[in-house]
Amino acid sequence: MFEESAVIRWRKYTDRYRLIGNACKACGETYYPAKEQCPCGGKEFAAQQFSGKGRLLTFTEVKAAPEVFESKTPYVIGIVKLDEGPKVGAQICDANAGDLKIGQRVEAVFRKFYASGETGVLHYGTKFRPVF
Amino acid sequence: MVERKVAVIGVGITRFGEVWEKGLRQLLAEAELQALADARINPEKVDMIFTGNMCGGEFAGQEHLGGMASSILNLNVASTRVEGACASGSLAFRQGLMAIESGRADMVLVNGVEKMTDVSTEHVTTGLMGAGDEEWEGFQGFTFPGLYALMAKAYMNKFGLSRKQLAAVAVKNHFHGARNPIAQYRKEITLDDVYKSMMVAEPLTLLDCSPITDGAASVVLCNAETAKQYCEAPVYVAGSGQASDTLALAERSELHHVKATRLAKTQAFAQAKITVKDLDLVEVHDCFTIAEIMAMEDLGLCGNGKAGRLVEQGQTYFDGKTPVNTSGGLKACGHPVGATGVKQVVEVVQQLQGKAGKRQVKGAEIGVTHNVGGSGATVVVNVFKRGLP
Repeated sequence: MFEESAVIRWRKYTDRYRLIGNACKACGETYYPAKEQCPCGGKEFAAQQFSGKGRLLTFTEVKAAPEVFESKTPYVIGIVKLDEGPKVGAQICDANAGDLKIGQRVEAVFRKFYASGETGVLHYGTKFRPVF
Repeated sequence: MVERKVAVIGVGITRFGEVWEKGLRQLLAEAELQALADARINPEKVDMIFTGNMCGGEFAGQEHLGGMASSILNLNVASTRVEGACASGSLAFRQGLMAIESGRADMVLVNGVEKMTDVSTEHVTTGLMGAGDEEWEGFQGFTFPGLYALMAKAYMNKFGLSRKQLAAVAVKNHFHGARNPIAQYRKEITLDDVYKSMMVAEPLTLLDCSPITDGAASVVLCNAETAKQYCEAPVYVAGSGQASDTLALAERSELHHVKATRLAKTQAFAQAKITVKDLDLVEVHDCFTIAEIMAMEDLGLCGNGKAGRLVEQGQTYFDGKTPVNTSGGLKACGHPVGATGVKQVVEVVQQLQGKAGKRQVKGAEIGVTHNVGGSGATVVVNVFKRGLP
């Protein structure tokens, strides 16, 4: 991945940090992340808040990571199907890979991702943790 | 409708591997000059150049490879770099194909090149992640082995693939690599070697993954009507297809196969008027062992969930019923990302010309290449024939 400036993070406040996507006004289909054009042809959307609750579709433990995540290895990544419909890729936290199962219930949490090079600025985002 | 047919009349390829003595330009020059010599033409015959490359800027500080490819040959003709992650080489090939089909050019040089070993492994991992979705995969800490591991787990959950079946892909590709003089790993391995190698992203170990590789490959394409003037055994492009899917893996409707492969294959096979039964060999995009399993099914070589058994039974060796990746694939031949799509064409052409030495598929007449960008957002499938289609 690519090292981000403060402006990039500011631009991503709604989708990255608040789990806000959108819903097509024509067919009602919900999207996270937000879409620009609906497959139904719709171009008008309303903001949609997602609950952050969902189910784990697949997961793995990453042992060799890109530069900024190197100190965090091993960590678990997965694909979550949100209860409202959309699927999203994210890190799965607060659990070892061995304790997780496909189909497992998960919920979104706001977490620290990594610290930027020399400035040490912290980057935050959304991860998911299992609900046992 | 396609009016003009296209033939491959020359191929060139460098050694694949850690080529410390050569930089990006030297690799590209070696492949270009070899291909022109093989086609027995001077550079002045070339009307257009397309060069596939993914990370020239990131790994070698060099963008603008169109300019580099033409400079090497002292030409002023149109020269363009094409990028589509690991499918960059095939995209360059398709640009060349369409340039001749359309009548815009009669003779095209297609290159693929990547110089990867001048930077650290972590830097390569970071750069390659540019093939994924930066916000929804890169920022989240995803890696390519990680993405394919997610697909492997989804596939295993659906069809029940065994560890042995997955490892057998790597063992077979190393067997072929050992018989390919330009391969990065000219060394056979055992199932045990795969099981015991370092875990990268469960279930994929280091030997389930393609390596970091330097290399370049080039092919000369020309209007099929004039091909025999330059080459005794031209190989013809019988069909070509390209399809796309969502950039992020999570957005796809299914995670256990690659939809864009199915779409590109349908186009290419229809244009070539062939079915899967006509194929003598296929070069597929095995960036990870699971990718070869999915490719076999997506290309229709077997039914869904059946590829593991075919591999385990040895049917995909060069002398088996369905030879897959006789070059050694990305796994053993190496994966210089921008060069891979063109390397696949070189391998199929050499096979159809009977020049594949110890890994030669007897009497091969029809071969297919399959090249994937990222986790499946871009796929190209090409069909080649020994005789005029």
